[in-house]
Amino acid sequence: MKSNRIFAGALSLSAAAVLIAQGLDPGKLHQPPTDTWPTYNGDYSGRRFSPLKQINAENVRDLALAWVYHADTGPGASPFGNQIKSTPLEVNGVLYFTLPDHAWAVDARTGRELWHFKWETKGGIHIGNRGVGIYGNWVFFETPDDYLISLEKNTGKLRWSVEIADVKQEYFSTPAPLIVGNHVLVGVGGDSLDVPGYLEARDPETGQVQWRFNTEPKPGEPGSETWPNKTSMSHGGGMTWMPGTYDPSMNLLFWGTGNPNPVHAGQGRKGDNLFTCSIVALNPDTGKLVWWFQPSPHDTHDYDDVQTPVLFDADFHGQPRKLLAQGARNGYFFLLDRTTGKNLVTQPFIPLNWSKGVDSRGEPIPNPAKEPKPDGTLVVPASGGATNWPPPSFDPETGLFYLSASYSYSVFYLTDTDENAEGYGGRDSGVWSQSALEAIDYQTGKIRWSHVYPGQGGSISGMLTTAGHLLFSGDPSHNLIAFDPANGKILWHVGLAASLSNGPMTYELDGRQYLIVGAGDMLYAFTLPLNIASQPSSPSGTTATSP
Amino acid sequence: MISKRAFVAVLFTAVALLLTPALAPLSAQEPQIPPTNPPAHPPAEPPAGAANGPQPGPAAKPASPGPTQQGAAPGAQTRRNAIGDFLATGPPPDPEAVARGEKLFVTNCAFCHGSNARGGATGPDLVRSVLVLHDEGTGKTIGPVILNGRPDKGMPKFSFTDAQIKDVAAFLRSRNQAAANRMDYKILDINTGDPKAGEAYFTAHCAKCHSPSGDLAHIASKYDAPSLQNKFLYPIEHRYPGMPGPPPDPRAEKTVTVTLPSGESVSGKLDHLDDFSVSLSDASGEYHSWNIDGASGPRIEVHDPLKAHEELLKQYTDADMHNILAYLETLK
Repeated sequence: MKSNRIFAGALSLSAAAVLIAQGLDPGKLHQPPTDTWPTYNGDYSGRRFSPLKQINAENVRDLALAWVYHADTGPGASPFGNQIKSTPLEVNGVLYFTLPDHAWAVDARTGRELWHFKWETKGGIHIGNRGVGIYGNWVFFETPDDYLISLEKNTGKLRWSVEIADVKQEYFSTPAPLIVGNHVLVGVGGDSLDVPGYLEARDPETGQVQWRFNTEPKPGEPGSETWPNKTSMSHGGGMTWMPGTYDPSMNLLFWGTGNPNPVHAGQGRKGDNLFTCSIVALNPDTGKLVWWFQPSPHDTHDYDDVQTPVLFDADFHGQPRKLLAQGARNGYFFLLDRTTGKNLVTQPFIPLNWSKGVDSRGEPIPNPAKEPKPDGTLVVPASGGATNWPPPSFDPETGLFYLSASYSYSVFYLTDTDENAEGYGGRDSGVWSQSALEAIDYQTGKIRWSHVYPGQGGSISGMLTTAGHLLFSGDPSHNLIAFDPANGKILWHVGLAASLSNGPMTYELDGRQYLIVGAGDMLYAFTLPLNIASQPSSPSGTTATSP
Repeated sequence: MISKRAFVAVLFTAVALLLTPALAPLSAQEPQIPPTNPPAHPPAEPPAGAANGPQPGPAAKPASPGPTQQGAAPGAQTRRNAIGDFLATGPPPDPEAVARGEKLFVTNCAFCHGSNARGGATGPDLVRSVLVLHDEGTGKTIGPVILNGRPDKGMPKFSFTDAQIKDVAAFLRSRNQAAANRMDYKILDINTGDPKAGEAYFTAHCAKCHSPSGDLAHIASKYDAPSLQNKFLYPIEHRYPGMPGPPPDPRAEKTVTVTLPSGESVSGKLDHLDDFSVSLSDASGEYHSWNIDGASGPRIEVHDPLKAHEELLKQYTDADMHNILAYLETLK
């Protein structure tokens, strides 16, 4: 047994050496993630569903720690501690992940550090970083002071950096770049001083701009009729701070956009405020807008609509459809036909109170009485949202969409009553919240099952589903938990040093499946003991995968 | 095993409602900062939950934390510093320079740019001006514009001294920072309700536990209005570990009774409860904890003194909220 293993290890070493020389095989981006996790969501669909099933419902109780890596940033850490919000990419046996200003390469089998790159920052809000994108032998990530950094994948050496936004205007950048063809898609963030949002495609060789999609139209362009004037449009927000998804068969890119600005003061920007709080479908080669759907017209509650637009093909009331699902920060679950953007389902997943209902397009109608007021309005959900950036998952085997939900109340105050309010123009004061994991039937938007966490703290976590009939997520009490995705039954858990801070991911190397999660500044790897991992299939069909 | 687990789950569902809520979300993209107290405010995305990403946050702090807020002073300062760092707005300019700069600005510039620098009929907004933001309070970028004017756009020259330019630059920097730092936005007058209607609501829903001449006597003198509003909506302050603030109000503490399979029962102050464990401190201060994983795991009964607040929170109209505050504001 032992000698076998060493032999296998030597073999894969040489195989890996060949692959590393070749960089990331672009074909991996078009396959379900198995031996590679080549992009933020594992594949372009955003489902975060892994076909791996060596770790499965029958043996998950034996899952054991493989290694732990401490992401040490040295002195000058962020005031509230480091949170690994990035989902590591795994390419040719190496994990690549980030914290603001920092990127690492770590051996995916052992957790041993290969390199650590530190960017000397000029400032910006260090709230989080979603991770890297990889193209060939190049690693890309964004920084709080708005640079796109390119590193040599094998050494972590800086290739170049280009400025993608102006930190002095309070932009800051957190997304993981998404690679589509020879486009590095970079989004930006920043709400403090009412700057316009945009998404850019940049050249992976030079960093130069290939195209830019502006979240706000210019006067006279489509969508400009949803703003009162040029000033409001040019200060309109709509940040692109999470990675989007992509359908290669349609060659369409799907991206969520953030809230309009000023965040809480809507009086100077009457109208729907396109294309903020929207899902936009873009041509990845030109940036041209193909369709849009707006989950939060005229948002005044900070409900960024950047949650992953999850893509899958499935029946809708008996007809096969190309679908796009989103669990939105504003508390609604949306199902669209992604060929046209036509709405199929709009259904709340918490008892929200900011909307008066849904219009004929399936878009919620904001209730003006619940906009922020000088003396406060009591609103569900709070500004942090009914869910937020932690990635959801869609399991094609259960047909359920899983997300972390926060049932939360907040008082929204308008502090700037000027017609030309600036900055946020208001603030909100959180009152109460409760966290739950919800499993939503995509055809109806109804909650099939939910698990309310009893612990204190309203944290929410990312999701991963696998063909091993498992759903992995975290609770607010530092536990990593494996659920039965069909009914929410808890199958396994382990207490970590902090609550899950990223989306779990998984891959298989040398016949071993690994589960990776970030919690605070620690990266944890779990796998099955060898004797269990090598056991053959069980009668239920949850078989161990062999390489 | 399964049935036990199911039992626990059911119990939790009931218990969960009793539990405290969590950190309030912040605003802004991801939530990140720890919440602070009652009104507090942080930035937008909370740090990942108390570790986790999204969430929490607190909320806005009502402006004026007021010296009356018990124990708030040192904590508030620490928090402000932490949040200032977080928002990365840079160090504040010298207040004396700002004051001198404001006078100069009002006298010389306000006619076109507005006395608050937000712009006027003939001059652009300078608070969100890219040129001003790049000046960063130094005068280096705006100096040439002041001295040379913009004849093509109708702006005359001003023969300011270097010191005057720096003062104007400091004033504009303070305006930039005031707009960008949402944590320091002042909450306006929120005492708009009808105190009579608030008193009627109080009598019907709150008087069972609270008395205007007892625990709430002079309550309006102890807290500013936004803090008071947050307090009655849900009187718990959630903080991330290490964040400063006053000690929790013992009246809000949850208690728990844990009954073991043997029939033995232990009660005390609830320390922690999740799907897998429960812990408490008994009357002597001794700490106890149990795993919830036996086939006949412990039976857990949580008593939440704030349950009524949670139930009312889910029923309030905005008018109820304003009226109750107006009534409480009469309890000076």
